Amino acid sequence: MTIDPSQIARYDHGSRIPGWDDAADLEKDPAGIPDAASTPVPEDLRVEIEAAIAPFGHEHRRSAAIPALYAVQKRYGWCTPEGIEQAACVLQVTPGELTAVATFYDMLETRPVGRNTVYVCTNISCSLCGADELLAALRAEVGDDPDFNLRGFECLGACDIAPMASVNGDYVGPITLDEVPALVAQIRAGEEPLPARQLTARRSADPKAAGSDA
Amino acid sequence: MTDILLFKDIDEPGLNTIDVYERRGGYRALRKALQTPQADLVDQLKGSGLRGRGGAGFSMGMKASFLPQGEMQKYVVVNADESEPGTFKDRELMQKNPHQLIEGIVIAAYVVGATKSFIYIRGEYQHQADVLDAAIAEAYARGYLGADVLGSGVDCELTLHRGAGAYICGEETGLLDSLEGKRGNPRLKPPFPANQGLFQGPTLINNVETLSTVPHILELGAETYAEIGVANSSGTKLVSVSGNVQRPGNYEIELGMKSRDIIYGLAGGPPEGREVKLWFPGGSSSPVLTKDDLDLTYDFDTLAKSGTMLGSGAIIVVDDSQSVVDVCEKLAKFYAHESCGKCTPCREGTNWTVKMVGRIKDGTATPMDLDIMASVQDRIIGNCLCVLGDAMAMPVGSMIAKFRGEFEAEIEAARERRERAFMAEVAA
Repeated sequence: MTIDPSQIARYDHGSRIPGWDDAADLEKDPAGIPDAASTPVPEDLRVEIEAAIAPFGHEHRRSAAIPALYAVQKRYGWCTPEGIEQAACVLQVTPGELTAVATFYDMLETRPVGRNTVYVCTNISCSLCGADELLAALRAEVGDDPDFNLRGFECLGACDIAPMASVNGDYVGPITLDEVPALVAQIRAGEEPLPARQLTARRSADPKAAGSDA
Repeated sequence: MTDILLFKDIDEPGLNTIDVYERRGGYRALRKALQTPQADLVDQLKGSGLRGRGGAGFSMGMKASFLPQGEMQKYVVVNADESEPGTFKDRELMQKNPHQLIEGIVIAAYVVGATKSFIYIRGEYQHQADVLDAAIAEAYARGYLGADVLGSGVDCELTLHRGAGAYICGEETGLLDSLEGKRGNPRLKPPFPANQGLFQGPTLINNVETLSTVPHILELGAETYAEIGVANSSGTKLVSVSGNVQRPGNYEIELGMKSRDIIYGLAGGPPEGREVKLWFPGGSSSPVLTKDDLDLTYDFDTLAKSGTMLGSGAIIVVDDSQSVVDVCEKLAKFYAHESCGKCTPCREGTNWTVKMVGRIKDGTATPMDLDIMASVQDRIIGNCLCVLGDAMAMPVGSMIAKFRGEFEAEIEAARERRERAFMAEVAA
């Protein structure tokens, strides 16, 4: 895909980038640590984040940033600005510090997504075994179902079951193209995805590993 | 000679529980270690010749000896962020035998005098993280972890920390920043983590497989372990074979095995009627080898002499039905996506390489572009804080060097396709 810059409209201020002429409001204070009195945090979220801080201790509480954002994502479906504000309040860091983390990692969502997470590995080993076709077939089968968060993903560390997908955290593979409709139907129905193809059911490939002294 | 340590009976039901692990002689090495002076253990680790299994291949005993003595807070961090394309050995180790890893961690923590340890596992490994969490709880309950381990007066706290999907967090200093709750940007080295690591304290960082090997070294004795494998590459290694092979999977081999025996013997070779075109010997970051290199022995030094590396032990086989340009494009896109963006040569170099490979495929490239791609590689290597950029530059450079004819043919074919499409458009 090539983008022709001349086809992108310019704004009145002459740039193609929105907000180019908006001056930063220098009077405004930078966002500080949210005030506990004015930031209501749901009790279960607070408990979960405080449990994540415990192994690190108060001094290194920022280490709990990723678990805290996972907790926010679990509760609200994605890392909402309000959720980040609440987590920042419990962690006693600025919301900006958490936003920086949320935007860095692939598994933290910074916009609303469907509740069924399906990552299809499209890295070298999987694509040699047909992962791009698998992703296309899944895309076609899922269509515009808003319940799905279907993404091509970098190597998921399961090249032995290529082509594979991580369905709500369960590794499934190898998936053939004829199994795609059944898989999508199972995900829609909230059933176990292709139970016989799950990684947990797979035995080691190494012949020596199969009970050498048994 | 024994060539199966880490994977011994790995499929035994319940091996992930502490009862089965103890019945099989588990945590015996830890009891022995706790009665041995730390300096002796460092000597044993050095003497075993164990080299890091995560990618760099640095002597584990040496690394442990770099940590300063003294009373400061020290840490052991386990790198379980296995994200190198093609690598999946730690996944199987953690899922099926988590206590082997925990035992290795407690021994390592005792050796360097660390009282706090962390396992940084990639966020995608949710099942493996659950297994480890359960195993850690069991180990605490039996007194292998926590205050005063087995009455020895040694403290060892262990916490599992889940990442959230970033390749760069497998780089040791990027991992430390991520563990501190920041974006996973690598740090300038030196100071090395052994001096200033997690929370600025001395930190020992090792891969899952390296630490899982430690109990076996103490059980066998360093000399016996050093006899496995070949000179300067001792021990067994898990290799993850994937791509165009008939039996992909993890295999435990004695280092120094012939590569052909791994790819054809263990993994069954490419599908019927196909041939190996190229293979990555140590994950996607290693320069590629061709079918003429299949007789190389699989060990650290032989592969280094052949201009590539053993890396994480992930062999990716590409057969002759695949296009090398497609492989190159996948590879470049991966590194461009995973570059953290801190250093300009890597952030820009990876993206420009993607654009240039794209030009080859859409028919707007000239053979000169291949030289420009090679020159971009020269400007990345050695100019960044970490080796992510190098990890793209080296395999891409090696593919262009070894398959230049195929790249040129693709440039020509794509140009013709483009011209024909243009003529058809004009005619219509």
